[in-house]
Amino acid sequence: MNDTQARELVLTALADVAPEIDTGTFDPDTSLRDGAELDSMDFLAYVSGVSEALALDVPEDDYDRLDTVNSAIAYVVEKASA
Amino acid sequence: MGMFLMPSLGADMDEGTLLEWMVAPGDEVKKGQVVAVVDTAKSAIDVEVFETGVVAELLIEPGTLVPVGTPLARIEVQGAGKSAPDAASVVEPARVAESVVESAPEPVAEPAPSAPLPHLAPPIRHLMHQFGLKPGDVRGSGPDGQITRKDVLAAAGESGGIAVAAAPVPTIPAPPAPPSRPRVTPRARRLAQQRGIDLNAVQTSGPVTGADVESFTPKAKTPVDRSAAMRKATAALMSRAAREIPHYYVVNTFDITATLEWLREFNAGRKPRDRVLPAVLFLRATVLAAQAVPEMNGTWEDEYVPSAGVDLGVAVATRTGGLVTPRIVAAQDLDLSGLMAHLTDLVKRAKAGRLKGGELQPGSITVSSLADNGPDLLYGVIYPPQVALVGVGGVAPRPFVVDGELAVRTTVTVTVSADHRATDGRTGARFLAALGKALTHPEEL
Repeated sequence: MNDTQARELVLTALADVAPEIDTGTFDPDTSLRDGAELDSMDFLAYVSGVSEALALDVPEDDYDRLDTVNSAIAYVVEKASA
Repeated sequence: MGMFLMPSLGADMDEGTLLEWMVAPGDEVKKGQVVAVVDTAKSAIDVEVFETGVVAELLIEPGTLVPVGTPLARIEVQGAGKSAPDAASVVEPARVAESVVESAPEPVAEPAPSAPLPHLAPPIRHLMHQFGLKPGDVRGSGPDGQITRKDVLAAAGESGGIAVAAAPVPTIPAPPAPPSRPRVTPRARRLAQQRGIDLNAVQTSGPVTGADVESFTPKAKTPVDRSAAMRKATAALMSRAAREIPHYYVVNTFDITATLEWLREFNAGRKPRDRVLPAVLFLRATVLAAQAVPEMNGTWEDEYVPSAGVDLGVAVATRTGGLVTPRIVAAQDLDLSGLMAHLTDLVKRAKAGRLKGGELQPGSITVSSLADNGPDLLYGVIYPPQVALVGVGGVAPRPFVVDGELAVRTTVTVTVSADHRATDGRTGARFLAALGKALTHPEEL
């Protein structure tokens, strides 16, 4: 999976949870939990979305790596090619 | 013969949009059955019928905005006989949502008068409200132009609101044919319900299928901004709480390091969607404490009325910045996973503005948690007519004494706000201790 596909996957999962976020102008280095005001339940839904799109388990220890769009893209690329 | 009317789902509700019919003419309906979905300022609400009978005619098309009290459907009530209908045969909509505004003591907002209006006796006003009539719609025949019951019935008959006793058959201008409702597959309906999607917004040429619902993007639907109405509802309710409830507070900080470790292991083998969030621990602990100390689980209505089950209110912040407090009915029957699943569904629908009427009725105790936003503790205001609210502060590593030594532990501070009319501090303290015991003994959760 390349960066563009990974970005698409992450933004789709995010938009499912927080449709009000404009993913076009959203700062990809903003903390989703602090900046985008995802609460723990939203964040879990977003993690679930990424996990299911990847058909891959995302352990709780990896949650921090999904905290920004950019770090999540890197995580997805790494896991998809592993 | 009875009329199913647009219900008032709150004192500030003057009108509502009929979103969807769940029944068709000829369908038998039972008391308590959801027959329609109505959109109000606060949420889309499933509306239940109050009588058992047969749907004779649907009078209003989905998508129509109508005043409260407008007849929505004609219902042949079983055992009501075929005698001439009168006002008493009006099928009252079920008490759907005793919503926050409704329970506030503020008077029903009258429409701004353009001319001085005659005084209306409350029963007359109520009757007019039922028929969706405004004072200007009715000519008063009493002294000084007073509006009488007869005047209201006559005006209702004239305006086609509802048949009066003299008329043998209701003469209601109605669409000639029942509204053509798109056919919907059961899977589509289920999916739409899960996702909080309004089926009417899904555009298809043929029947609405699951795939249509899946490909439907929420962005396509115009979000209803309920923030102003929610603010008003919260303002009315919290003002009432501050006016009527003498609050007292008991506070304690609990070391939940081991509990969170236990939860990690509990979650380790589960897919993300099946994992339980720490927030659910606080809900479950509250349920157990409410069962252990029933004096805190109920309502104050001139005297304390204990609740048989634990109908757990959960404060949910919506995306538009409002607050709703839907309840989980009989939460005592749910384990951690069950509570988590229920909470996920409830929060999702609350945020999408898609709650069921019963969920908006007040629970027996409420939990308000700011755990995600970080304040150390929260002194909450009780949700009337309840007598207690559990405020959960942020979960964070803090200095804590363990075995006589200072240590860094993950702690949470829980504040119980309680109604001093119903209980004394001693009871509040017992409740808090029970909650803390549950929170620190996860194997019992």
